[in-house]
Amino acid sequence: MKQKLVLVGNGMAGMRALEELLKIDPELYDITVFGAEPHPNYNRIMLSPVLAGEKTIDDIVLNTREWYAGHGIELVTGDPVVAIDRVRHEVRTAAGVTRPYDRLLLATGSNPFIIPLPGSDKQGVIGFRDIADVETMLAAARSYGKAVVIGGGLLGLEAANGLLKNGMEVTVVHLLDSLMERQLDKPAAALLKAALEERGLKFLMEAQTAAILGDERVTAVQFADGLEVAADLVVMAVGIRPNIALAQGAGIHCERGVLVNDTLQTFDPRIYAVGECVQHRGTCYGLVAPLFEQARVCANHLAHMGIARYEGSVTSTKLKVTGIDLFSAGEFTEGEGDETLVLQDPGQGIYKKLVIRDSRVKGAVMYGDTMDGSWYFQLLREGTDISAFRNTVLFGQHDLGDAGHGDSKVLALPDSAEVCGCNGVCKGEITDAIVKKGLFTLEEVRAHTKASSSCGSCTGLVEALLAHTVGEGYSAAPSKKPLCGCAGHSHDDVIHAIRHERLKDMRTVFEFLNWKTPDGCPVCRPALNYYLLAAWPGEYVDDAQSRYINERAHGNIQKDGSYSVVPRMFGGLCKPAELRAIADVAEKFRVPEMKVTGGQRIDLFGLKKEDLPAVWADLNAAGLISGHAYGKAMRTVKTCVGAQWCRFGTQDSTGLGVKLEELTWGSWMPHKYKLAVSGCPRNCAEATIKDFGVVCVDSGYELHVGGNGGIKVRITDLLCKVATEEEVLEYCGAFTQLYREEAHYLERTAPWVERVGLNSIRQRVVEDAENRKALYERFRYSQQYAQVDPWAARARGADAREFTPLSLKAAGCAPAAVTTNA
Amino acid sequence: MDIWTEIARLDEIPRLGARVLRTDTQDIAIFRTATDQVFALRDRCPHKGGPLSQGIVHGGTVTCPLHNWKIDLASGEAQGPDEGCAHRYAVKVDNGVVYLAFNAGEAEA
Repeated sequence: MKQKLVLVGNGMAGMRALEELLKIDPELYDITVFGAEPHPNYNRIMLSPVLAGEKTIDDIVLNTREWYAGHGIELVTGDPVVAIDRVRHEVRTAAGVTRPYDRLLLATGSNPFIIPLPGSDKQGVIGFRDIADVETMLAAARSYGKAVVIGGGLLGLEAANGLLKNGMEVTVVHLLDSLMERQLDKPAAALLKAALEERGLKFLMEAQTAAILGDERVTAVQFADGLEVAADLVVMAVGIRPNIALAQGAGIHCERGVLVNDTLQTFDPRIYAVGECVQHRGTCYGLVAPLFEQARVCANHLAHMGIARYEGSVTSTKLKVTGIDLFSAGEFTEGEGDETLVLQDPGQGIYKKLVIRDSRVKGAVMYGDTMDGSWYFQLLREGTDISAFRNTVLFGQHDLGDAGHGDSKVLALPDSAEVCGCNGVCKGEITDAIVKKGLFTLEEVRAHTKASSSCGSCTGLVEALLAHTVGEGYSAAPSKKPLCGCAGHSHDDVIHAIRHERLKDMRTVFEFLNWKTPDGCPVCRPALNYYLLAAWPGEYVDDAQSRYINERAHGNIQKDGSYSVVPRMFGGLCKPAELRAIADVAEKFRVPEMKVTGGQRIDLFGLKKEDLPAVWADLNAAGLISGHAYGKAMRTVKTCVGAQWCRFGTQDSTGLGVKLEELTWGSWMPHKYKLAVSGCPRNCAEATIKDFGVVCVDSGYELHVGGNGGIKVRITDLLCKVATEEEVLEYCGAFTQLYREEAHYLERTAPWVERVGLNSIRQRVVEDAENRKALYERFRYSQQYAQVDPWAARARGADAREFTPLSLKAAGCAPAAVTTNA
Repeated sequence: MDIWTEIARLDEIPRLGARVLRTDTQDIAIFRTATDQVFALRDRCPHKGGPLSQGIVHGGTVTCPLHNWKIDLASGEAQGPDEGCAHRYAVKVDNGVVYLAFNAGEAEA
């Protein structure tokens, strides 16, 4: 018989936990959900747009009643649970319904705090918490004219804006001298106040409410200084209190909230709790993103997986008042020893402030232009060292160099504007999908719309749309990104385990790290294959079935299923016999098109897969080997003419290029890897946009790293300058090996250098000579096993099945439509 | 009526991999899972015609090499929010030999 799971609280946190649980193990439990409200689960953070008339209640429903029925979940609405019997493992509702449980999940949320003022029980005095409150406010707006909102925080301002839009005259009362003091510093709060005043809101600052006046219904609010303001509706938005009455009544340990550990378990091991009712490590969260993180961890434990930990959240906030852009995250008020970077443009109404400690972002406040909010938030959560781009950080991410994709005005774009150029997805399609399908994460938007799922250059724009459309409900990817959905471990955790636990094949990795899927997925398998290969050269046996087809077939698959072939040309040099062999192959196999590549080689297109081994045999005969143009591997070394012919050349750049390619060819990498050598600072080989670039000067060689010419152009950082070719080779090998050992699979050198910081790389490659030599030795050791031409082996018949179609055995009984294919 | 035709020995198809069976009207992808289950689908992704036989096989699913659509091997249906279906063929494994069922309608579909 299935175990029974009861969820008390039909809101966003509890339901998110259920959805995560169903994803992991849909069959484990018989589930009952109790909700005090008469509605199915809806998106509470969208109540403000409903109040403002921008959305309807139907728009914000997340799980319809059909959804519950479809998943076999019993839903009891409008009947709150009033008691938990922890001895009999049973809950009871107000109407007397009882349900037994094996596991109980509390997600009772919070209640608005109603200040116990004289008169606060009068008609027309409400909080702003649920659909009923919104309906009360809308009804009041139809019959009455004047509203007072007590509380100038996020919720109060959203309520005030909504009432104003419904035609009421609204006064916001705030105890302090600055609005949203928990999210904004004073300059930003002043800009916000001015903008809201312009819309018609009135403010009473530093005002202490003394009493609510009226008979049955409120007529006015009285303040401590005697002032009275007429009011037909009073909305109290001064804060929320975790709703712990049920848990307390059952004797579960509570302080401000229900106490939980890092697995979201309460002091009763059968009872878990998530959401606003929870107190974790001393903190109660009132924003939705942390609740989703809690939900994911809790689901993991409810499913008996037992590996996830919730370690608290850093939160960010956006105000959902249309036309006002405001963002805040982290510690936005500088402490002692902190530095602040400020950009202030009163003319355009823009204010941005970053609080910096030890070259890392600790907090951000933005007003007017919040496009880069998600980027700053990412820098903050990941603790990125910003020294390298500190002087431009306030100008935003697109200032780092984005080939035409950094349009910071995404929010102002029309719905018909194309956001994802790869898949042709327009802004309107993305925002529609977010709203109608209830999407919260980048992954979900990718799955439903395909936007940002190919080259990824529009990811920032999609994140901005997501953040803007769902407000703080947007759950940005966790700072430790999981490798894939199969286990939830980060890349670093996996690399560490493979090396330190000496895991030497994929099965062992799956077992040791509790993979959920029987044989991984197309994301983790190629990554693991690479990590194992990089960690155990000569020991790990490459798994062809875990490689993407290009690497399995040693050619690039094209859109029609044919393949392209690029022979290696060391340093871009070539001989007549080699060119003749390439020409012969092109004619013999009827290559429809040839092209000179950007990496100074020749690409043959349109080859049939079954012809590849014969093509390679012919190329091998002329001494040509695989160029690895298809792989996450060392690709080419681009060179300029150099000192031998060029009147400006200072060193033999072609000769050095050949030596570098001889050192590095055949090496598998986390991503593609390109080198270049320029013979003088004119830099004709474009060495400063390569992963490893050498610029020759009269006195030696400048070594540049972390460049990229792709989606997002990045100029290299200067690693150091060396005097001899031998040093160039040693530094190149050491840098390459560090990248191979440390970068995440599919992370190019540019983001890797930014992630770990140039200083850390300099220390280990330049300053620590012993470490450099050790890295170089490890690289050379691994190259012993890597420098085997994959084409030669296959031309001799290895792996023949990969390239040969099946033929029919019993020719006699083959039907007419099927022919043998020998 | 189905005609069972021998197409390969099981060990000629790589585990977690596929082989292509070429007919004069179309290619058929023959997949083998980690647990030695064998499935056959038309070698065309319902999205943009990518060769499914060249994809990565994981569990009972293959991921198309062109745009990462995930196709269920047993039903041929695209998974997740994607919609589409690759034509499937009946296969059986008997004594280490893989047989494919053709009938006139299917072979020309």
